[in-house]
Amino acid sequence: MIKLTTPISESTIRSLKVGDEVLLTGTVFTGRDAVHKYLHDGGQLPPEVNLREGVLYHCGPVVIKDDQGRWKCVAAGPTTSIREEPYQWQVIRDLGLRGVIGKGGMGDKTLKACQEHGCVYLHAVGGAAQVLAECIRKVSGVYLMEEFGAPEAIWEFQVEDFPAVVTIDSHGGSLHRQIFAQSQAELAKHL
Amino acid sequence: MNLLHDSLLELIRRTSTEIPDDVHRAILASLENERKGTIAASAMKIIDQNIALAKTKSQPICQDTGSIIFYVECPVGFDQMTFTEAARAAVKQATAKGYLRQNSVDSLTGRNDGTNLGPGSPTLHFHQHASDAVSVKLILKGGGCENVGAQYSLPHTGLNANRDLDGCRKAILDAVVQAQGKGCGPGILGVCIGGDRATGYEHSKVQLLRLLDDRNPHPDLARLEQDIVETSNQLGIGPMGFGGKTTLLGCKIGVLNRLPASYFVSVSYMCWAYRRHGVTLRADGTIAGWLY
Ligand code: SF4
Repeated sequence: MIKLTTPISESTIRSLKVGDEVLLTGTVFTGRDAVHKYLHDGGQLPPEVNLREGVLYHCGPVVIKDDQGRWKCVAAGPTTSIREEPYQWQVIRDLGLRGVIGKGGMGDKTLKACQEHGCVYLHAVGGAAQVLAECIRKVSGVYLMEEFGAPEAIWEFQVEDFPAVVTIDSHGGSLHRQIFAQSQAELAKHL
Repeated sequence: MNLLHDSLLELIRRTSTEIPDDVHRAILASLENERKGTIAASAMKIIDQNIALAKTKSQPICQDTGSIIFYVECPVGFDQMTFTEAARAAVKQATAKGYLRQNSVDSLTGRNDGTNLGPGSPTLHFHQHASDAVSVKLILKGGGCENVGAQYSLPHTGLNANRDLDGCRKAILDAVVQAQGKGCGPGILGVCIGGDRATGYEHSKVQLLRLLDDRNPHPDLARLEQDIVETSNQLGIGPMGFGGKTTLLGCKIGVLNRLPASYFVSVSYMCWAYRRHGVTLRADGTIAGWLY
């Protein structure tokens, strides 16, 4: 297990390789379909959303207000990342991301952006909504809620020991590509 | 009406928050089976913790609470309209209580009214049988795994798959390889050989009502089911597509007649968050027993 704390330096990111298990602590911002499209179309983020050397999470959380009117995250599993493949490279480049959390992996454009700008793709366990919500210690803000609605808004989370696996590193490595090729070769032997 | 409504609400709550025993046993067995210290073992451990946490907190196992599909077996003369009304009311209330996510979207306008009610949601299948008993089974099927379902029309040149059981095997294994990493594996396959494009998929989902450790009464299908699971687990795809030994937890295959001109193999993929429960009901609508 490798502990990571935001903001993450480029050299730390460059030291990670495919298959590494990490525990992430610090600030994470969510962003999914609407946010990516918005940024791609030239939309500006509020100044509080500082993602330089930061981490973006592909997640549409379930967040409720508790008795005292504080936000509380009750479910926060990753959503499928590949839908952001057309936009992700640009977001990595323009915002200076060091990590993208999601599920299902991403394609060649993202892989290349990770290589060029020093970023990794972190795969969380899909469906583990409860375990991952427990790692969110505090909901410290929400942005663009009016525009996009709750699941698509940008949520700012303080996380502690959030578990994920590096499946795309900053050296051109992709666990997804590797396992796909191996499993196809293996299947050929069984046909 | 009120008692029936309460029973269906409890069925929804339990389905969304508690994994059935047969699936849990399969998940625990595969956690044991993965090599210690691998990322596959870590993923299975997180899955297991998640199952426990969801149950204690009575909160959804996964935030995508899926398509809501009821299967009702009922006697002749059963009032389907009253039942449908009770089921819709229970879905609406389960959504308000957070057992179900606001998960149903108007396909044309993109609007989500937050009730989970609309054309096709929930879906109810009624079957009459020659008994007084009423049983209700419920599946909540997530979107990520539904997206990796596949339907093959045989013969298939690319797969070199002909209209025989070996051709079916090639199609099913191709679906497993294509689905890797996407449908939150380890997965469970429901398969239908035959039927048309609609009934084939429908019947493939009905297979998901079977217990994971049952045995297909048809010996050829029993052999094929076992072979698909064993072969898939040798491909090294593993949980979440991280690599490892557990790619599938099960495969259930059913058969429908087909037209001479068609030969479909329809594959429904269910994620590890296999939400399926069922109850038998008394005449007053209260729960007599649980089925899984
Ligand atoms: S595929 Fe299943 S476990 Fe994964 S996000 Fe969808 S419903 Fe949840």
